[in-house]
Amino acid sequence: MLLALPILVPLATAIALQLLPHRPRLLRSVAFAGALGILAAAISLLARVEAGGIQVLQVASWPAPFGITLVADLFSALLLLMVGIIGVAITGASFAGVDPRREALGYHPLILVLLMGVSGAFLTGDIFNLYVWYEVMLIASFVLMALHRTRAQLHAAFTYVGLNLLASAFLLTAIGLLYGQAGTLNFADLARAWPERRTPALDAVLSMLFLTAFGIKAGLFPLFFWLPASYHTPPAAVSALLAGLLTKVGVYSMIRVFTLLFPDPGAGVYALILVLSATTMVVGLVGAIGQRDFRRVLSFNLVGHIGFTTVGLALWTPAGMAASVLYLLHHMLVITSLFLVSGLFLRQRRTTDLRALGGVYQKQPVVACLAMIPLFSLAGVPPLSGFIAKLAVIGAVLDTGHYWLAAVALVVSLLTVVSMARLWDESFWKPAPADSSQAPLGAAILTPIAWLVALTLGLTAAAGPVYTLSRRAAEQLLDPRGYVRSVLGEEANRVAR
Amino acid sequence: MELLLAVIAGVLYATGLYLMLRRRLAQLIVGLGLLSNGSNVLILAAAGVTRGSPPIVTDTTVAADQFADPVPQALILTAIVIGFGVLAFSLVLAHRVHQSVDSDDIDVIRSDPAPAPSDETDRA
Repeated sequence: MLLALPILVPLATAIALQLLPHRPRLLRSVAFAGALGILAAAISLLARVEAGGIQVLQVASWPAPFGITLVADLFSALLLLMVGIIGVAITGASFAGVDPRREALGYHPLILVLLMGVSGAFLTGDIFNLYVWYEVMLIASFVLMALHRTRAQLHAAFTYVGLNLLASAFLLTAIGLLYGQAGTLNFADLARAWPERRTPALDAVLSMLFLTAFGIKAGLFPLFFWLPASYHTPPAAVSALLAGLLTKVGVYSMIRVFTLLFPDPGAGVYALILVLSATTMVVGLVGAIGQRDFRRVLSFNLVGHIGFTTVGLALWTPAGMAASVLYLLHHMLVITSLFLVSGLFLRQRRTTDLRALGGVYQKQPVVACLAMIPLFSLAGVPPLSGFIAKLAVIGAVLDTGHYWLAAVALVVSLLTVVSMARLWDESFWKPAPADSSQAPLGAAILTPIAWLVALTLGLTAAAGPVYTLSRRAAEQLLDPRGYVRSVLGEEANRVAR
Repeated sequence: MELLLAVIAGVLYATGLYLMLRRRLAQLIVGLGLLSNGSNVLILAAAGVTRGSPPIVTDTTVAADQFADPVPQALILTAIVIGFGVLAFSLVLAHRVHQSVDSDDIDVIRSDPAPAPSDETDRA
């Protein structure tokens, strides 16, 4: 039952929000309570998975390959915790004010539906359900992005919709071909039945289709162009939510599907993922250098750092996978808080164009320092969480002897420092442009950022235990037998049908 | 039969992708529709077509593998419903684009005269 709560709580909240009278304060409080509910469910689920191993729920007691299966291993549970944390931050941010037009059009229920879709994608034990959850969160994110009327926003929304639907079509194609050969859609059953039926030709087709589909969603090079083209137009809270969660679902699905279906570390596809990860890092950060808008710089950084999270999959070592998990956790917290920081500029100056920003440090040093922590954490300045996560990734890379990749990662880290230092300089440090007014910022808009910053610092302080957890998650991922046994029962590991 | 379905799926994918590469939103949407129908046909073909044996078991003496597999059809049904919803949404979005820009050419939409301010008016 606990396993279904991260899906049921946001669903029930979204329905309640539709039925309640349209009083902003009431709606915001209910949405916030729903997000707190997800967080509570995620914490207790993580505690149970940590203590009792992989948790499985066969919905309506249909036995495994036939019914709907929900599975939570450590990787899923850790990411679900992030869904709760980010959900609380985003729904909390709405207390600072939401455009009344958006609020009337169903802003709050859509946020909750999006959170439900992400939770469902993290929990499902069935590849077709994964596709369905993708559609749930895509539709919610489409509507959230398209609740605008300006040209730039409509164009961005169309880019986003078109590319994501293309990715969905590729995913559906891959699922169809997979079912045609394996005759099952349950992840655990696939992991058991697929190795006997796979052929090199099918392997090549399927791995490329999955890589393309998840690569588009995750924003891997060369499939990331939709992301910087669309993430800078919606309101800050919406882009923070999309940036924090959606690309990570792509990375999650990639890791989940590849570890279960293609468990052979030497395969060519992993060499390809390694090269793509490195290219993503370089292209993302080089792209960020040329940008003149706070949120576009962040979008390119988001893309570049996705490269760090997929390296672990390509390396296929426990240390590498653990580094990927840790990097995902760190990156979700930090990038969400930075997109929320961009909301401060939208509030004060109505723009995130760097040329129109500045002067925050002189007038509001506390705000500038608050924003400095995630900026420098993303850059990887010691001792912040970004440094620890980058250290884990580079350590894992060096262990496997890919020295060129370690060099790339280090250069990219340096570029991130440059990019972040410039961002802080231009938006907080430099004198304000002459004609700029500066409205004071209330506690309501700063609290969600402070919440995420506090958790980033918490992640820094608790890096040891979190890394141990990530390491255990990685071991579960790299040895799917435990996953198969949990879902299908003890006898499942005998030779397949 | 599989060969015919495979050819149909291929043609649908090719035309869908070609249309998606065009500049007009209307063509993009038609392309998306064709593409999702292509993947539906592909699921049917990939799972194998069994003629004349519906998966409704009245005679339990017939072996299980004599019946058509109902799962691909259930998948396709789900995919059709999702595809329909997504297509309807894209049409509405395109309609709104057309209302505000009076064109469905991507290049015209993008050539924004001045970067419009974000609608983050944030009135509490």
